[in-house]
Amino acid sequence: MAVRKPPITTREYWAPGHAACAGCGCATGMRLVTKAFSEAMEEKYGDPDAFAIAHATGCMEVVSAVFPYTAWKAPWIHVAFENAAAVAAGIDAAWKKKGIKGKILAFGGDGGTADIGLQALSGMLERRHNVVYVMYDNEAYMNTGIQRSSSTPYGAWTTTSPPGKYSVGEDKPKKWVALIAAAHQVPYVATASIGNPFDLVKKVKKAAKVDGPAFIQMHCTCPTGWKSPIEKSVELAKLAIETGVWPLFEIENGDFNHIKIQSPGGGAKVKREGGKVVAIEFKKPIEEYLKMQGRFKHLFKRPEAMEELRNQIKEMWKVLGVEVTLPKAEE
Amino acid sequence: MAESPFKEDIERVQKEYSEKMTLGAVAVIPGSSVVNKTGSWRVFMPEFNKDKCVRCFLCYIYCPEPAIYLDEENYPVFDYDYCKGCGICANECPTKAIVMVRETK
Repeated sequence: MAVRKPPITTREYWAPGHAACAGCGCATGMRLVTKAFSEAMEEKYGDPDAFAIAHATGCMEVVSAVFPYTAWKAPWIHVAFENAAAVAAGIDAAWKKKGIKGKILAFGGDGGTADIGLQALSGMLERRHNVVYVMYDNEAYMNTGIQRSSSTPYGAWTTTSPPGKYSVGEDKPKKWVALIAAAHQVPYVATASIGNPFDLVKKVKKAAKVDGPAFIQMHCTCPTGWKSPIEKSVELAKLAIETGVWPLFEIENGDFNHIKIQSPGGGAKVKREGGKVVAIEFKKPIEEYLKMQGRFKHLFKRPEAMEELRNQIKEMWKVLGVEVTLPKAEE
Repeated sequence: MAESPFKEDIERVQKEYSEKMTLGAVAVIPGSSVVNKTGSWRVFMPEFNKDKCVRCFLCYIYCPEPAIYLDEENYPVFDYDYCKGCGICANECPTKAIVMVRETK
């Protein structure tokens, strides 16, 4: 039998020995993104190492750079919580001036992107820097002890949105930074997930190859903050796609009329009209995704909150121009 | 048995690391976190059955550490120095070639 080739480069930019929790979905994300990025750099510039990373404060920064050690095998800079995009833009400006060929990768968590770093991100996108910004979205401030962020979904438990007699947990809808980034009419914006690594790699490579800024919102599981079993990290991320909680889409040049939507799989029926997805009929109920996580446990005793979450997911898909039907779990 | 892709990093950090504070607290040795043998965190360890493996590379792709690398024939090799025993590889393995067993020390 011939030796099969791995689908991705065996070069590693993320070394073991970092302090991420066992089963950390974000660590898988970091590893895959840097691998894909280096493949794209090799294809574009002929040098797999032609990139530098600016990293906002967040889980992956804390676990990877415990002084005096670092888990990174690429030029990497840790900056303050709010300005990963600004520093990446600065590196890009310096590289342009010095004539260095390459692209800058910026990482930020959902807190560092959706809340604290939003204006730096907006500025970077608007100035059309040659930067790929990857937001790893684990849906709360996990490294400081699971506080809510604006990217926390409706109904989720966090330490600052505890459910109880007068509260359903987080009571605001999730902020979709990918849609905000797309409104800047940048060349490439996408959502991705570690639950579909091949799609993630494809999108990172595409983002790395465009001229100008690109933004990727990557769904990552956090077993600690979501109170889910550590071995189910990838399965959960997959379920989020298959139940419709996490959409996979691409928006090029801010063209909201031609949003490319990836098929969610999991038996979902996708209806297309003229090459465009107009309706998706999901077969797996969102309960299947929610029941594996302790942070949504209370929703099963509150049918009205569950219905509200379902409505919010439908509304979010409507923004993407897709009519979805979400099945209800059988009793 | 293939060599770990981090062998050079381990040797380099053993040779070059010093207690002296660097200017600006810069971590000068790339991948120096390899000195932290996180394998001690593990409760369950992955056991690999080569006969069942179809080389789909899913365990290799998903491993967050990475504590899985590939040998000459591209079969996965488990690096127990770093494996935290999360069990994602066993959970995602389509042929159940990887099973998690309780570790006895």
